[in-house]
Amino acid sequence: MLEVKNIVKTFNTGTVNEKQALRSVSLTLADGDFVTVIGGNGAGKSTFLNAIAGVWPVDGGRILIEGRDITRLPEHKRARFLGRVFQDPMTGTAADMGIEENLALAFRRGGIRTLKQGINNQERQLYEEMLAKLGLGLQTRMTSKVGLLSGGQRQALTLLMATLRRPKLLLLDEHTAALDPKTARKVLDLTGEIVQEQGLTALMVTHNMKDAIQMGNRLIMMHEGRIIYDVAGEEKKRLQVEDLLRKFEEASGEEFANDRMMLAK
Amino acid sequence: MGLSLGSMAGLFNALPGAVAQGLVWGIMAIGVYITYRVLDIADLTVDGSLCTGGAVCIMLMLGGQNVWVAMTGALLAGMAAGFVTGIFHTFMGIPAILAGILTQLGLYSVNLKTMGKANQAINVDKFDLLVSLRFIKGVPFYKNTILLVAVIIVVLIVVLYWFFGTELGCSLRATGCNDRMARAQGINTDFSRVLGLMISNGIVALAGALLSQYQGFADINMGRGAIVIGLAAVIIGEAVFGRLFRNFGLRLLSVALGSIIYYFVLQIVIWMGIDTDLLKLLSAGVVAIFLAVPSWKSRYGTTAVKFVLRFVRKIGGND
Repeated sequence: MLEVKNIVKTFNTGTVNEKQALRSVSLTLADGDFVTVIGGNGAGKSTFLNAIAGVWPVDGGRILIEGRDITRLPEHKRARFLGRVFQDPMTGTAADMGIEENLALAFRRGGIRTLKQGINNQERQLYEEMLAKLGLGLQTRMTSKVGLLSGGQRQALTLLMATLRRPKLLLLDEHTAALDPKTARKVLDLTGEIVQEQGLTALMVTHNMKDAIQMGNRLIMMHEGRIIYDVAGEEKKRLQVEDLLRKFEEASGEEFANDRMMLAK
Repeated sequence: MGLSLGSMAGLFNALPGAVAQGLVWGIMAIGVYITYRVLDIADLTVDGSLCTGGAVCIMLMLGGQNVWVAMTGALLAGMAAGFVTGIFHTFMGIPAILAGILTQLGLYSVNLKTMGKANQAINVDKFDLLVSLRFIKGVPFYKNTILLVAVIIVVLIVVLYWFFGTELGCSLRATGCNDRMARAQGINTDFSRVLGLMISNGIVALAGALLSQYQGFADINMGRGAIVIGLAAVIIGEAVFGRLFRNFGLRLLSVALGSIIYYFVLQIVIWMGIDTDLLKLLSAGVVAIFLAVPSWKSRYGTTAVKFVLRFVRKIGGND
């Protein structure tokens, strides 16, 4: 499904702020893999997802989806393969546009945008049904501006948009980090449901170790631009938060002194 | 100020002209709205492309083309100008404001070369013009400039309303609203921006074509400060009709109405006897204050802003 081979990315090359964000990262995902990604601040988790999404070109290495090399493809062309949900609820939706308009934009991901009407009644019916399934009452506010929604509602909507056209790969970049615990739980449950229902291949960055262990069938840990731990199947199911902390210390030779991570235990 | 009845009559005589001018500039303001509000770009190309539209239209007509061909030519020339700014901004990565300034500067030469000199007049009696300041009173209604420009605005708004409801139009709106989201949904935001700048400057050049016919000449300086007038119209329109008009089509209408209000106020200020040399300074000051309002609101709260605005209106004397 996804093949990442030795990708490298350095920011601010040749300046005092030079940062090697990704140092030869390789990862191969099978169809239907749901991988959680953990690591401290600056470990390269978001950078890794952005590299796959094509936010900027990588300095080296290759990225393939279903055998097709997308390394040189610009961000908007890769979008046809990818569903994305971001950390900031403001990022995933267009605030000044209506709920149905946002969904209609997502519905056309990967297609050519013509002079046909931007949304039709048949779609509206589909959106209404899908929104009703979220259980947030959004189906009665189809024409409301997305800017009026709460962060949790916006993330749920973004998740729906990301999966409206079945993506080959779903990229979730700490998509519950900006939400209160209760809302985060809801969005996370919803994520699990959608991924399972559609049998999606997904990469989910999280800072919550418990979630990282509970969700998905595989877990990778990143540190200083590298994948330092990769565990799947039965071994992953038996993992404890303490195991992860020990693994981190072993692999990195450092203590896991990340406040957010510690708190998230 | 001692105002006689005579001067009052002078004001009323000037008002139809103000409406006509306001309508023509309203078309330009709609073009500005597309970049400033829909695409979230302050595009300074318009100061140049307005004159480009006027120059191309007048020169084509002087060359024997009919008025519709001339206006189509103006529209295309404006779109070309927008295309250049778009390429500067996207492909060459130049900040939008600077990209617009560069095109605007380049257009000065282009406009001079188009006209061959700084000013080209066209005789309303010898050429079949669509609009003119001579067609405001005493002409059959179907030749009336105010009516004709109003019809053009309505048609323009209908077309834009339709366009921004299409798949392509929606992708432009999404680009202006949140470009990261737009790219994540597969929208080529560079293409959106170039297309938006082309549409905007095409409309602005069309306004320039009408304006040059209206005043009977194209002048190398006719676009100077056009962006400020456009922004003033957008802001006035939003301030006056913002609560009433939520629909996109009505918002475009409010921009055109904002432009008429601007020319009304201008006419009154002139009638009150202000030194006309100071008009641009006044416009710039007023627009600067209105542009500051959103920032003031977030910093000092609404009450403080209301207080300042009341103060400004009082010294401006045009509440």
